[in-house]
Amino acid sequence: MTKYIINRLLGIIPTLLIIITLSFFIVRVAPGGPFASERNLPEVVKRNIEAKYHMDEPLIKQYGRYMFDIIRGDLGPSFKYKDYDVNYYISNSLPKSIVLGICAMGLALLFGISAGIIAAVRQNTWADYLSMGVAVIGISVPLFVIAPVLQLIFAMKLNWLPTSGWYTTGEGYLTIILPAVSLSFAYFANIARLTRSSMLETLRSDYIRTAKAKGMKNSTIIYKHAMKGAMLPIVSYLGPAFAGIITGSIVVEQIFRVPGLGKFFVQSSFNRDYTLIVGVVIVYSLILVIMNFIVDIVYAQLDPRITYK
Amino acid sequence: MSLKPNAKAVLEVKDLKTYFKTDDGIVKAVDGVSFTVHEGETLGIVGESGSGKSVTNLSIMRLIPSPPGKIVGGEVLFEGEDILKVSESEMRDIRGDKISMIFQDPMTSLNPFLKISTQMIETIRLHNPQTDKKEALARSIEMLKLVGIPSPEKRIYSYPHQFSGGMRQRVMIAQALSCNAQVLLADEPTTALDVTIQAQILELISEINNKMGTAVILVTHDLGVVAGMCDKVCVMYAGRIVETALTDDLYAKPAHPYTEGLIKSVPRMDTANKDKRLFSIEGQPPNVIDLPPCCPFHPRCHKAMEVCKHAYPPEKDLGNQHEVACWLYIDEETKKQALQDATQQEKA
Repeated sequence: MTKYIINRLLGIIPTLLIIITLSFFIVRVAPGGPFASERNLPEVVKRNIEAKYHMDEPLIKQYGRYMFDIIRGDLGPSFKYKDYDVNYYISNSLPKSIVLGICAMGLALLFGISAGIIAAVRQNTWADYLSMGVAVIGISVPLFVIAPVLQLIFAMKLNWLPTSGWYTTGEGYLTIILPAVSLSFAYFANIARLTRSSMLETLRSDYIRTAKAKGMKNSTIIYKHAMKGAMLPIVSYLGPAFAGIITGSIVVEQIFRVPGLGKFFVQSSFNRDYTLIVGVVIVYSLILVIMNFIVDIVYAQLDPRITYK
Repeated sequence: MSLKPNAKAVLEVKDLKTYFKTDDGIVKAVDGVSFTVHEGETLGIVGESGSGKSVTNLSIMRLIPSPPGKIVGGEVLFEGEDILKVSESEMRDIRGDKISMIFQDPMTSLNPFLKISTQMIETIRLHNPQTDKKEALARSIEMLKLVGIPSPEKRIYSYPHQFSGGMRQRVMIAQALSCNAQVLLADEPTTALDVTIQAQILELISEINNKMGTAVILVTHDLGVVAGMCDKVCVMYAGRIVETALTDDLYAKPAHPYTEGLIKSVPRMDTANKDKRLFSIEGQPPNVIDLPPCCPFHPRCHKAMEVCKHAYPPEKDLGNQHEVACWLYIDEETKKQALQDATQQEKA
């Protein structure tokens, strides 16, 4: 097992190198450039700017320089925002997205798993229809509808919660609630549906029948015998889902004024901010590979039939 | 394999009816089944797939998936008490403690996520809450030893996938009997195992039956298994018992044409004429959805008469605990009457 873990961790390095290389070249292949939107620059000025960012060098040389910086942990200067580099933006915004993502995922897991189990155990009753109905709403209603509706109800009408802001800027911890709830909706819905179907399948399996034949209570059967098996699909869903949720969502960040990482995914692409694009791609892929690695480890912990060598 | 003369009846099934509601109609999976099992006795229930043997067993345990299944009538008397009427929590106390069950597929019947020790200890402590973990563990190891698991004190900490199929069935048996059940319901316990392992498991069951005096209901489609193990046999067809007899009697003089066919279709290696070595009953088992009142076997029966198509035969006692439900053994007068009644009813 230890050997497996070391191997997997070492395997992350080439994966990331490939991703960095691909994104480095792909963003430069796309038409336009970081300074394309500037008004007609005099040729000299343009050349000066390009020289500052080493864009006058051959691509392969730029690549070598970039890789060398990355190995030292430097993601380079932003092409768009002067005086700040990519490291600054990411280290400032990522923690906020992580906090928000963890809160949202916590909510989604808590309510999603409970709703899924209740729906499975009480299949085809009102409890099932209710939780699956809410889940369908969660999946089909877009975030930019859910979020303003929540704002309208809980902030404007009831005045319970602040409409927007973030606690790091001194607006109170209550600011976390609405964005977290909005963000969790879609994840809640997916988790509830996954839990329901996998729990139903598990409850139909032979070993659950055996547990019943042993005289066990239904509730004991569910948490002691069915839970582990039923959680496997959820665990594999959680890997990529977690990577997605903690790297932020531009919709939630815009609506609730959360200074998170999500907006850089979109803005950096519009700006052709090469270093920032590759920077957020690196962060996202690093989190994704780590999450998948954790999923595999948890899998082996849950299912004794899986062993890694 | 001898029947004790004064053995007490532990389990009596009377006119049990279990129906399943489907989109195509009501499936009468078990339709009026009655039998009695005595202490230390082994009762075989044989029949084709879909004849209702497994549903009978599951009905006794009240483990019919509901919906769509439902026990609609009859009684299951365990030590004189109708367990179809007791509350669900009382029933849970009976399951796994007084009446235990083992299943067809040992590969999937044990929880793959839990150690054998966890699964066995939990069964024992469920029914004997005063037992502490240590005692329960000791008892589990003892049971594993009894069913022939080598070095049980180590193997008990294994997971099910670390055992072979035969070993898993042994574990299932050990678990089922860890609370000294009085009745063991074995639902085709050897069907999923290969032949040599089959023999070992059957031997184990009959050994336990002798040693611990556990009554066994053995559901199977294998007449060879029945011959080797059972004191008494019920033959099921389309949800009903068509013949009940002591095992020796059943093989010596099968009364129902279906039983006769079943016995003939056991392959025999000693018959000289190779062409006739393997007999099979013509046709298919009937669809039990909305079965009309008739002998369900009549389309496949070579002795079928007019009355068989119109009325279900009453049971006839042939003596020496041999009972059969077939018009062949009913006198002409009754047959005529039944035919008359049936045709009249059909007209109306």
